[in-house]
Amino acid sequence: MATTYRICPRSGLQFDTAAEKLMRFHAVAGVLALLVGGIMALGVILTRWPAIKLLPADTFYMVLTAHGIDMLIFWIIFFEMAVLIFASSTLLRCRLAMPKLAWVASILMVIGAIMTNVAIFQGESSVMFTSYVPMQAKPHFYLGLILFAVGALLICFIFLGTLVVAKAEKTYEGSIPLVTFGALTACIIAIFTIASGAIILIPTFLWSLGYIREIDSLMYRVVWWGLGHSSQQINVSAHVAIWYAIAAIVFGAKPMSEKVSRTAFFLYILFLQLASAHHLLSDPGLSSEWKIVNTSYFMYFAVLASMIHGMTVPGAIEQAQRLKGYNKGLFEWLRKAPWGNPAFSSMFLSLIGFGFLGGISGVMMGAEQLNMLIHNTIYVPGHFHATVVIGTTLAFMGLTYFLVPVLFKREVLFPGFAKIQPYLFGLAMYVVALVMMGAGTLGVSRRHWDMAFAGAPMAYEWPGAAYLMMGLTGIFSCIAIVGGAGWILQIVLSILFGKKLEEGEIRSTPIPLTLPAPTTGSTVHPPATPGTMVLALIFLTAFILYYFVNWKYLSSLWGLS
Amino acid sequence: MADQEERIPVMQKWLDNPFLLVFLGVAMPTVLYIVWGVMEIANIPVAR
Repeated sequence: MATTYRICPRSGLQFDTAAEKLMRFHAVAGVLALLVGGIMALGVILTRWPAIKLLPADTFYMVLTAHGIDMLIFWIIFFEMAVLIFASSTLLRCRLAMPKLAWVASILMVIGAIMTNVAIFQGESSVMFTSYVPMQAKPHFYLGLILFAVGALLICFIFLGTLVVAKAEKTYEGSIPLVTFGALTACIIAIFTIASGAIILIPTFLWSLGYIREIDSLMYRVVWWGLGHSSQQINVSAHVAIWYAIAAIVFGAKPMSEKVSRTAFFLYILFLQLASAHHLLSDPGLSSEWKIVNTSYFMYFAVLASMIHGMTVPGAIEQAQRLKGYNKGLFEWLRKAPWGNPAFSSMFLSLIGFGFLGGISGVMMGAEQLNMLIHNTIYVPGHFHATVVIGTTLAFMGLTYFLVPVLFKREVLFPGFAKIQPYLFGLAMYVVALVMMGAGTLGVSRRHWDMAFAGAPMAYEWPGAAYLMMGLTGIFSCIAIVGGAGWILQIVLSILFGKKLEEGEIRSTPIPLTLPAPTTGSTVHPPATPGTMVLALIFLTAFILYYFVNWKYLSSLWGLS
Repeated sequence: MADQEERIPVMQKWLDNPFLLVFLGVAMPTVLYIVWGVMEIANIPVAR
């Protein structure tokens, strides 16, 4: 199928016109889902804030359902589909495979997202993100999710088809670029995720219609978490790919070792989805062998992969900075980094927050014994707000600052606000994740409307610190919501009213592949990265201390002698 | 010389084959997480 190619004058990237429109479509759809999810976040937080307790119980659970699904499914997967299209057709400089089918898939996703939202806001599908049976939602709640998943699955296959096109048309030489390899990892995890969703949501849909008598609740939980948790692993692969992309865009950084980074992504492909089992560590019916093999053994390979990425991304930046002459001491390369560039600051805050808060807490939760300390408490949302909001959303926000001029051909409005937005949103979310985890450690429930259980026959007296931390959760969540709303407003206004930028050359054929000239003579050895090594050691120390503290806490709560 | 240039390590061949990676990435969690988990639940005796 004939298409045209636009050469972006600002980035030098080549966009297949059909792919470019699809990327814009998915980015906008994702931001709209984020807007709905963000408004719902305000309802959730102003209700869980004990001093305010805004919404009545039934409205709260409806709002919580919309918040979870719009944020954890629609926002991230719409944006990830844009990333898949970008990482295939743009980075491999080829046409997108089957663009018409891609539009059909995209429209299916939009219909599905709208249908599920309608079901939620009609008020009889307040089953929350997990939608555990025997709670039953309206049939169109499940049907919307199924349509959305089918659309996303088709785009995953189109991504794979585009890799085939690029190879057949020889638009790249050797292996695919590392960022595309990261996107391939996300695509593979997405395929497993969506297949798990289909296995469980199709029977659940039929159950909601009355064609199936019952769904076993434990069976549902096992298969559903193949969807529920793995969908968040798509994020991990996608945002790690974006870290590498931003390091290359902002610093011209090259991976420290392609082999090591690719091997780390390979570990994700093999083991990352198995972390789904940590949601079932307190469930009866599943053996300790199943729990421990999936989490405490195989999940650690994926953790190892994350630690590798967490070291190689800043390491690549350090090398690039040192080659530019920032060699003074351990951290001049970091001090002289462009902290006012929101693409970089978002990415770096994402990396640190994901590692220190999301990563360490995730490993702690993945140990069967330690999981008992915090299972089904607000510690769990604390952990996943560190991974999904700080890790993924912040990285996506950072990439968007790059995409507005490159993909939407508009200048970003309010550059002063753009400089502070990642700090406002990111640092507030750091505090939110920490205090949620603190409250969870004291036992505050994961999603109960009223932590005080007022009027319940068996009252529970919480320590004052639990109320303090829930109050702080409320205050800092509101600050984060201001940062997030500001970002949405800034991006939407920039796309609509930002100064139009030069479109660039339009070609009917892609630019022919030009290979770099073979190097002769002495090669430049990349500089050592002592600063990154120190950061890695600080991380490991924090990791060991936190792990030890939790075992100590468990032993003091549950004496064995 | 040409033979030496064309020799690609086995691991790189695997990593350059997206469909092999798709197979591995779907098969591993399907067997270890879903099939194993479902079999354990299916083997729980029904209460009478």
